[in-house]
Amino acid sequence: MSTTVHEDAALARLVDQVRGAAADGRALDIRGGDSKRFLGGARRGEPLALRELAGISSYEPTELVVSARAGTPLAELQAALHAAGQHLPFDPPCFAPGGTVGGMVAAGLAGPARAAAGGVRDHVLGITLLDGRGDCLSFGGQVMKNVAGYDVSRLMAGSMGVLGVILEVSLKVLPRPQAERTVVLDAGEAEALALMDGWRRRPLPIQASAWHAGALWVRLAGAGAAVQSAAALLGGRPLDGGADAWAALRDHRHGFFSAAEAGAAPLWRLSLPAGTPPLGLAGEGFVEWGGCLRWLRTPAPAQAVQAAAQRVGGHAWRWAGEGPEAERLAPLNEVLLRLHRQLKRAFDPQGIFNPGRLHPAF
Amino acid sequence: MNAAPSLLREAPAVPERRRAELLAALAAVLPPEMILSRREDVTPYESDGLAVYRARPLAVLLPRTEQQVAAALRVCHRLGVPVVARGAGTGLSGGAMPHAQGVVLSLARFDRIVAVDPVRCTAVVQSGVRNIAVSEAAAPHGLYYAPDPSSQIACTIGGNVAENAGGVHCLKYGLTLHNVLKLRGFTVEGEAVEFGGDALDAPGLDLLPLVVGSEGMLAIVTEVTVRLIPRPPLACCIMASFPDVESAGAAVAAVIAAGIIPAGLELMDKRMTAAVEDFVHAGYDLDAAAILLCESDGTAEEVAAEAAHVSAVLRAAGATRIERSRDEAQRLRFWSGRKNAFPASGRISPDYLCMDSTIPRKRLAEVLRAIEAMEQTYGLRCANVFHAGDGNLHPLILFDANDPDQLRRCERFGADILETSVALGGTVTGEHGVGIEKLNSMCVQFSAAERALLGALKRAFDPGELLNPGKVIPTLHRCAEYGKMTVRRGLLPFPHIPRY
Repeated sequence: MSTTVHEDAALARLVDQVRGAAADGRALDIRGGDSKRFLGGARRGEPLALRELAGISSYEPTELVVSARAGTPLAELQAALHAAGQHLPFDPPCFAPGGTVGGMVAAGLAGPARAAAGGVRDHVLGITLLDGRGDCLSFGGQVMKNVAGYDVSRLMAGSMGVLGVILEVSLKVLPRPQAERTVVLDAGEAEALALMDGWRRRPLPIQASAWHAGALWVRLAGAGAAVQSAAALLGGRPLDGGADAWAALRDHRHGFFSAAEAGAAPLWRLSLPAGTPPLGLAGEGFVEWGGCLRWLRTPAPAQAVQAAAQRVGGHAWRWAGEGPEAERLAPLNEVLLRLHRQLKRAFDPQGIFNPGRLHPAF
Repeated sequence: MNAAPSLLREAPAVPERRRAELLAALAAVLPPEMILSRREDVTPYESDGLAVYRARPLAVLLPRTEQQVAAALRVCHRLGVPVVARGAGTGLSGGAMPHAQGVVLSLARFDRIVAVDPVRCTAVVQSGVRNIAVSEAAAPHGLYYAPDPSSQIACTIGGNVAENAGGVHCLKYGLTLHNVLKLRGFTVEGEAVEFGGDALDAPGLDLLPLVVGSEGMLAIVTEVTVRLIPRPPLACCIMASFPDVESAGAAVAAVIAAGIIPAGLELMDKRMTAAVEDFVHAGYDLDAAAILLCESDGTAEEVAAEAAHVSAVLRAAGATRIERSRDEAQRLRFWSGRKNAFPASGRISPDYLCMDSTIPRKRLAEVLRAIEAMEQTYGLRCANVFHAGDGNLHPLILFDANDPDQLRRCERFGADILETSVALGGTVTGEHGVGIEKLNSMCVQFSAAERALLGALKRAFDPGELLNPGKVIPTLHRCAEYGKMTVRRGLLPFPHIPRY
């Protein structure tokens, strides 16, 4: 994909460290900005630092593509896009200063615009990675459409570093919407879900929605005229803080996420099919993505939360809080678990990359 | 393309006992009318849309239920028999070309729309359902399925998934991958498996993007859950003429630089415009070196604002004529030429080979000039249509397949276009897939280590390499041979690219 990354001295050190670890079967703990250390399974192994492998390697706004090395701070990338009137449409969260582009792709987390704009994976166009043999490999590219070979680059999104070390990534970017406006409606959870269900099938410029404690936030974005007429149709009142309030929600600085005291109930992330009514679990909830993402702080046993999500065709993930590792994620069935293990072996034969970080089995 | 690609690949004498064993084992799990094995019955399946590559399979299976698919896969797995999945056979890269010692697993009878859910905005369809049928079923709810490959009246969703098919609206609405939530199907061992899910993500690795576009090499897909989106109330098409391809290419960049993502942005060169005008009488400007078609969709206010903006940008970029569709009939007429580019080419030439590379948009004029030079080198004509918004180029090389020398030159012409595209920072296939056609070009685009990883990934799903073997990933040996052939042509690689 890019020759620049191949020539880098920082890369040479990474290759040496990976080859050494593979030879001795030592685990490596891949680190970008360390902003998501709380996420996933417990970390182990010697740190493999990506921060030095940084910088935007190419960006041409009219191509709608940006390429950046893994250690590039996300904030730096976003500033460069902003200056050209563009953005990452999937609205990635940044849980602490210093989050990197590589970490963003490896974690695969999108923000409030996910349901309308797609996820991280949907915007990955190409990747250069180091596999578990220390080979530097490129897949995908810098073009919008590319079906040459299996889509390894998009597989990396959300892989939590268990398949390889992301070195450089190319992303599809888009112009920022011309207009943006948030309206707030008063509604209980069931009513808010029903409203969002009704809007989904209409050509409205809804870019994000969220419900918490009786208030439904709706972010409209697009052409000025469309935003204006949709705002008139939806009614409601303006949101205090506007864009900052959405950023606080996205980055979990909102009180619901940040105010947990020591010993608070675990926080669960439930990913559910559109149109799912309230699950009726005990605890305090926060709804995003038109009802497809539900945060729940609940004392309910893990099995009850997992079962409630699975019953409706979704899955639950214990995002924060104490509990057995085996109950953190929805279990993979036997066939999928076998495929995961075999894929892990194909990329990382010695099992050195981020063991247990995505899933306890590999 | 190697030495003798265009010959029918006769089965190298499969031992009669083995063939009999396979047919007997299949007969034990499938009713007789679902197994075709006589020569005249399997012959219609010997190629897909890329008819120059053919092979006759041992049998063609036409199961109707998932249990039958699973049972057939178990038989083939036990006996080590290759399985090539097939939808409508409209693919353009030979992805569904049979294996001479294998069976074709046709999913044509999986043609049921299982459910359309207007609240979730999804449809659950079997993999043999035609692309257009999904939008037809969703229409009463004001919804549609966005990806629209030009073969959409015939091609199946299963085939679209195998190829990660695109169409003319990808820039705004995405590829097949972006519009699919869940795949249901079977592993090579015949075990039921699902990829993705009804929610927006699933636990574990995201295997959906791996299986979408895997050309039937990782799993057999029987059911697909697709995302439906609200049909925009209005669409309008702007047609603009340009005096040269450079200014047309610059106009595409200017539209995007203005912050506009049109619903479609297509370019046709002069030769293609003339061919299609003769065919559809859409009123194209025959004097223009290139024509751009730019579609805006949305609410009436959005379309009015965007169309005015687009027109101003195109005028500033040097358009010599701009016409805006007044109504739906005229919009469809503007598009009719673009949608009929392939059949129209069939009228001006006995045969054509449709290439499918993607390049960074800014290299458009450069690649079109290189193709012009290749017309001289190979003594063949080429017409160009281009998904300009995505940088996806479809050069149609015109030739006569009855002339073996023309076919050979055509194949070299095609390979040259692909290699030039890679050298310009692009890829050998944007939406048609590698299949059998672009195996050699994969040697150019990927290193030996990258190809080895693709092979390892294939074996993670299919350890015995029975699902559509021999496609997509070229062998080391093949790449070594291709390297020699490229040198033997006595030319520098990429002779059309200026060197500094």
